Amino acid sequence: MTSASIGRTHDRWWAPWLFLAPALAVVVVFILFPFTNTLALSVTDATLLKPGQFIGADNFVRLWSDERFRIAMINSTLYVICVVPVMIAAPLVLAALVNGTTRILGFFRTAFYLPVVMSSVIVGLIWTNLLDQRGLINQLLGWLGAIDTPIGFLSDRWLTLISAMVVTVWTGLGYYMVIYLAAMANIDRSLYEAAAIDGAGPIRQFLHVTVPGVRSTSALIGLFSSVSAFRVFGEVYVLTGGTGGTGGQNTTITMLIQQEGTGLQAQTGYAGAISMVMFVVLGGLLAAQLWFQNRGGDK
Amino acid sequence: MTRFFRYVILLGFFLLLAGPLIWQLSLSFKGIGDDLYAQPPQIIPSDPTIRNYGDVLDRVPVFRYVLNSVIVALIVVGGNIVGATLAGYALARLTFRFRGLVTALFVVALLVPIEAIIIAQFLLVRSSGLADTLLGVALPTCVAALNVLLMRNAFQGIPMELEEAARIDGAGVWQRFWHICAPQVRGVMTVVAIFSFVGAWNDFLWPLIVLSGEENYTLTLGLNRLRGTFISDPRLVAAGTIIALAPILAVFAMLQRYFFKGLQAGGIKG
Repeated sequence: MTSASIGRTHDRWWAPWLFLAPALAVVVVFILFPFTNTLALSVTDATLLKPGQFIGADNFVRLWSDERFRIAMINSTLYVICVVPVMIAAPLVLAALVNGTTRILGFFRTAFYLPVVMSSVIVGLIWTNLLDQRGLINQLLGWLGAIDTPIGFLSDRWLTLISAMVVTVWTGLGYYMVIYLAAMANIDRSLYEAAAIDGAGPIRQFLHVTVPGVRSTSALIGLFSSVSAFRVFGEVYVLTGGTGGTGGQNTTITMLIQQEGTGLQAQTGYAGAISMVMFVVLGGLLAAQLWFQNRGGDK
Repeated sequence: MTRFFRYVILLGFFLLLAGPLIWQLSLSFKGIGDDLYAQPPQIIPSDPTIRNYGDVLDRVPVFRYVLNSVIVALIVVGGNIVGATLAGYALARLTFRFRGLVTALFVVALLVPIEAIIIAQFLLVRSSGLADTLLGVALPTCVAALNVLLMRNAFQGIPMELEEAARIDGAGVWQRFWHICAPQVRGVMTVVAIFSFVGAWNDFLWPLIVLSGEENYTLTLGLNRLRGTFISDPRLVAAGTIIALAPILAVFAMLQRYFFKGLQAGGIKG
């Protein structure tokens, strides 16, 4: 990397800074400054209309006994616990199934990836039509005689949360599938041949060659999907019609930040404290992910 | 035999993933004569019509929303291509004081989750008078740290000799960037462009916070209104979502191979 410094023409000292200026400006102004500002807000009683006084850790003490925060924390955490294992396992199975060069497999790959490019609002609306009291799923269950009264997929507390999780998984499967496909391309082919000679069928080849071969990718996807599961917003917002469910029973952390921090009643200081909690959880996960990615890249 | 099972399972997944879309498409063409709640459910409309599409367009200014989304997406895509390419070049190919520090700054920015700073971002945008404007929606993401680092990686992959030769011939830094290095990283620039576009097009939380006037709504916000306005008629909701899906699916169909490439260029290796 040092060869650039022994060149014949000498660049002006400020040339690199001109190149950096737009990116640096945006990142400093819109990411780093708001971050320090969030930190500062979190120890004040600021609202949208007044700057607020320093109140030390009061906001965090208040969080501790805030029922809404407790519910949001439970919902977001449950989201991670339930969604992440599925995101690690199911896309791997999918990737193993669509791995190949035939046209039909290519078609399946594309089809499975499709939901990834859709916005959470569109996906939420599509699934609202399916999960509604009179939606397709209740219709099918009724027709099959499995139920007498429609199931409240979008009204019951836990069913709503599970429905949102299903939507999240539905949207994300294709994304992680492609990541697994890339990892599988790096597995040594002779391992499969050796396994086949030993008499291993496709399922045992999958379990004994593919699964261990993508282990580090699985761990990475675990971190990746934990971060995005904890941040969940759009699916839950749309499925609950923006309310977070009856009495806020389906509120997630991001929804709580949005509810507390916006509108004329906004308590920006308190929302800042919730944001800091989120930052600590996600920052930790993101840092782990980055560390892991660098380590994985060195191999 | 195992091949048979393989395709059966694939078909099962296909139904799970494509089924909801097919049902939505079917709903959007169902007319008044259709019993939406027939048992068994009908996939093929018995009274097919395109009226639902007309009705949605009449009642909701979809084209206005699309235009707003396009404006935001153009600013974001343009900003990311220009900003990330320039900065990536400087970080990868130029030596200067504090280079390590600046690189670290971008890494730190990458680690800050947007949700955790979104209220402070809003206060900033509001105090600069950009609340409820499309510029306010676009600015915070118009150069993403991730893209800067992606471009830096791309530039680092170019052999030094290539640029060195031009340098000996007296090429200045701008000429070396524009004529020699930038053309080499066009692929990654495309990836940055596509992912910026999809990100901007699909973003929901930030526009929801920044925009208040309906005339400024982006498509995702406008669509969200469908749930309130038309909840009684799933046909119209379906038609609305199909209209909203069309552009992004077209982009996807045209640029498919870059989507797959992009995910893999994201630095994820097994």
